[in-house]
Amino acid sequence: MKRFILPLSIFVILLLFLGVGLRLNPHEIPSPFIGKNAPAFNLTQLHDADKTISPQDMRGKVWLLNVWASWCESCREEHPVLMDFSRANIVPMVGLDYKDTRPDALKQLGDAGNPYLISAFDGDGKVGIDYGVYGVPETFVIDKAGVIRYKYIGPVTPDVLANKLLPLIKELNRA
Amino acid sequence: MLKSKFMLTLLAALLCCMSVAHAAPAQSLAADPVLEKRMLRLTEELRCLVCQNQTLADSHADLAIDLKNQVREKLASGMSEQEVIDYMVQRYGDFVLYRPRLFGATWVLWFGPLLLLLGGLGALVLKLSRRKAEAVVEMSEQDRARAAAMLDSDESESTAKS
Amino acid sequence: MIPELGNLCLMLAFALAVVQGVLPIAGSFNGNRRWMALARPTAAGQLFFIVLAFGALVYSFVANDFSVAYVEANSNSTLPVYYRVAATWGGHEGSLLLWVLMLTGWMFAVAMFSRQLPQETVARVLGIMGLIGVGLMSFMLFTSNPFDRLLPGALDGHDLNPLLQDFGMIIHPPLLYMGYVGFSVAFSFALAALMGGQLDAAWARWSRPWTLMAWMFLTLGIFVGSFWAYYELGWGGWWFWDAVENASFMPWLVGTALIHSLAVTEKRGSFKNWTVLLAIIAFSLSLLGTFLVRSGVLTSVHAFATDPRRGLFILVFLAIVIGGALTLYAWRAPQVGLGGRFSLFSRETLLLINNVLLLVCAGTVLLGTMYPLFLDALGMGKISVGPPYFEAVFIPLMLPVLFLMAPGLFMRWKETSVKQIALRLKWVALASLLTGAAVAFALSTSVMAAVGLILALWIVLATASHLAQRLGHFAAGTSLRNRVASLPLSYWGMLTAHLGISIFVIGVTLVKGLEISNDVSMHLGDTTSIGGYVVQLTDMQRVKGPNYMAAQGTFVVTKAGQTIAVLKPEKRVFTVQQMPMTDAAIDRGFTRDLYISLGDAVSDNAWAVRVQCKPFVSWIWAGCIIIALGGLLAASDRRYRMALKKNRKVVARSVSPTPITVAE
Repeated sequence: MKRFILPLSIFVILLLFLGVGLRLNPHEIPSPFIGKNAPAFNLTQLHDADKTISPQDMRGKVWLLNVWASWCESCREEHPVLMDFSRANIVPMVGLDYKDTRPDALKQLGDAGNPYLISAFDGDGKVGIDYGVYGVPETFVIDKAGVIRYKYIGPVTPDVLANKLLPLIKELNRA
Repeated sequence: MLKSKFMLTLLAALLCCMSVAHAAPAQSLAADPVLEKRMLRLTEELRCLVCQNQTLADSHADLAIDLKNQVREKLASGMSEQEVIDYMVQRYGDFVLYRPRLFGATWVLWFGPLLLLLGGLGALVLKLSRRKAEAVVEMSEQDRARAAAMLDSDESESTAKS
Repeated sequence: MIPELGNLCLMLAFALAVVQGVLPIAGSFNGNRRWMALARPTAAGQLFFIVLAFGALVYSFVANDFSVAYVEANSNSTLPVYYRVAATWGGHEGSLLLWVLMLTGWMFAVAMFSRQLPQETVARVLGIMGLIGVGLMSFMLFTSNPFDRLLPGALDGHDLNPLLQDFGMIIHPPLLYMGYVGFSVAFSFALAALMGGQLDAAWARWSRPWTLMAWMFLTLGIFVGSFWAYYELGWGGWWFWDAVENASFMPWLVGTALIHSLAVTEKRGSFKNWTVLLAIIAFSLSLLGTFLVRSGVLTSVHAFATDPRRGLFILVFLAIVIGGALTLYAWRAPQVGLGGRFSLFSRETLLLINNVLLLVCAGTVLLGTMYPLFLDALGMGKISVGPPYFEAVFIPLMLPVLFLMAPGLFMRWKETSVKQIALRLKWVALASLLTGAAVAFALSTSVMAAVGLILALWIVLATASHLAQRLGHFAAGTSLRNRVASLPLSYWGMLTAHLGISIFVIGVTLVKGLEISNDVSMHLGDTTSIGGYVVQLTDMQRVKGPNYMAAQGTFVVTKAGQTIAVLKPEKRVFTVQQMPMTDAAIDRGFTRDLYISLGDAVSDNAWAVRVQCKPFVSWIWAGCIIIALGGLLAASDRRYRMALKKNRKVVARSVSPTPITVAE
């Protein structure tokens, strides 16, 4: 008798998974770096090619790494939000200019404003690959010890800032 | 302006004639064909992260080309295939592998088919041995008559059928 | 006006479907003949209105009516008219209308060709199909109406995705949907049988031709999809284990198990519960496929524009249809009797093993396809499961299936001697081992390829041997022609389908083992060699198509100085969607395909070219077509046509069937 209910039971389980699946996003890839050290790099600065910047320079502080590019539409969307964030002066934000050209990038920041403390220039995108970047914009929250605590994929909205990023930053600052 | 245009056309025509006259063997697209084959074989097992389900090898997306270049570089620098795979997984997670690694969460995936097979065959053996013990179904007279009528009207029960 | 009329017809069809779904089934339980008699006319009515609705949509496309949102999204005035017709099913809403069109078509066919069935059965079968129609039509009317207007109307449309602008688009979805929807007939027969408690050999006989036809269409649909991907996508691949491909393969596997199981139930009255369950599973997998393509739950190149709200609707639909069917099964199946006995070594047992193996295969494909979703839903991270996994697990599972196809022919019903069969097949075994190994050695293929060849030969030779035996059974003096004509079509169907499988296996094995590919950069006049052929780029032209611009290369292929072919691959850029696409050029042959695709320009006068030689790839296509032919032959067997012809005379007589319950 029991075996006749087996197909139905299997189906119900499958149905539950499919239902949960409707709420998930199969395109979103979680970062394997959460809880790991931010990968090291030593890139030239966007505004001054003679100077360099590395994650080591930010040790002791909680900071944000924002991956952007002048050719990226969504980055323009999040730009005003980032500008407000930088004006609020909560934590420093370093930009990673991904697969861009200096003139285009400098023009973009000149026109729209520069929310970054410093921008690192990653012309060939190799550092981006090291950070598992697969689309711009992406934003990393990194703690005082240089460990990546959170990665947000896509343009930062005021909502994301308020509900996801700021609470985490506050918590990490207290530590 | 006209003169340079004329020169260009002439050059192109000359080039055409020259090229066809000298049938040269085509150069391999890649600098190192052996390395290229290794790279393609490897990237056939890696997923393009910005595509709708395509291998890195087949994709022409910007990121895919960048990653293929990275893989080529790493292989050229002496990394083994497994080390390159680890390199990619380190940065993009298990999502980038089309051949899932075997760890706790994927045990059911890799051993499931075998378990299904053993389970299915086992259930079959069990059911068959149980059937032997069951009594034969007796036919009622009504059923017999109906069966006889059906057999009479049934034309294609081939006698040669084994 | 026309779209509104189309919408009206859709609503009328929906109303008829509701009537058809409720009254005939109710009537079959309370004996109301008038209600039961509604089944056939409502089926005819639905077909009529859906054909009109579909016609209205096609008209909107052909007439370039861009005030219809769906037309705007999928068409363009520069799109050639035959693609405008195909664009009707190029998007989610229109493909649903195609699904419903197929459903009403099958429904009408069942209504027409079911005179020999008792009225209760017809009422129930058509009623269940009507309920399925209700679900799909309400899905369309409430969430995905192809006739929705776009106000203000657009001047021109977004064009059909360039990848779909191909002959394959004209035939692949209709064939595939004929298959998917066709399994609803077996499904409805199964549920009708469960409802009536009447599960006997007659039920299997009625279901079988319908199932065979649906299976045949599904085989052809999958084949065309593969064939199309092969020449369209530009890199010579033909199966990627993509979620949607798997969604079509799973019902095929279960459908194959079903047609074998139906054979047993028809001849021996055994496996009744199991066959019913298979019929339910086959159609459930068809519906699951529909869900997967439209809900956004899995990533796939085939997925339609996704919308979780629509996904939820289909999920509820799935829950009702499949859940309802399986509940009915759990409730009624225990009351169905056991059927004929058979010993451990018999044809029945072998067919059961076939079924187990095929279901494990289908289950494995399901596992692999859904596993990323399972892990993600459980919060255990995101993984990908792709071709390396599927090939690793699927091939070992198929080997025993292929092996058993040979002894299966010789096994007798009820009881058989393993020793006898082993003796009977020992020469076939030897011949296939030696020949297969020799060919593999001569072609320098891998061990796996050798195994594939040996198995394929094993099946072919065993089949030939069996045929020889059957032909020899006649009285001495019977002409060959008479002998051949006397063997039933179902037998020829089986032989053909099994032969098709071996040809398919040979194709797959050899192509995978022996294919070569070269990526070169070519200037005008350059040559490259592959597989004994010399390929030279002789010309490069700009060509203009109806809605694209292309760079077209002319390649001359020679072998030992003789010109074999002139191939003209193109690299197209479609003007509306600005999408580049490669159009490969293929020289098809019995023993190999030469495949040339044009890449990007490497410099001003050099282009990236990929040249491939694919041995025996045509055998894959031939194999699929032969398999489908086998299905057609089996479905055309005399006994199904006889039953039809004879019982047309019975219609005049009043039929009052007495329900037969199998004695416990």
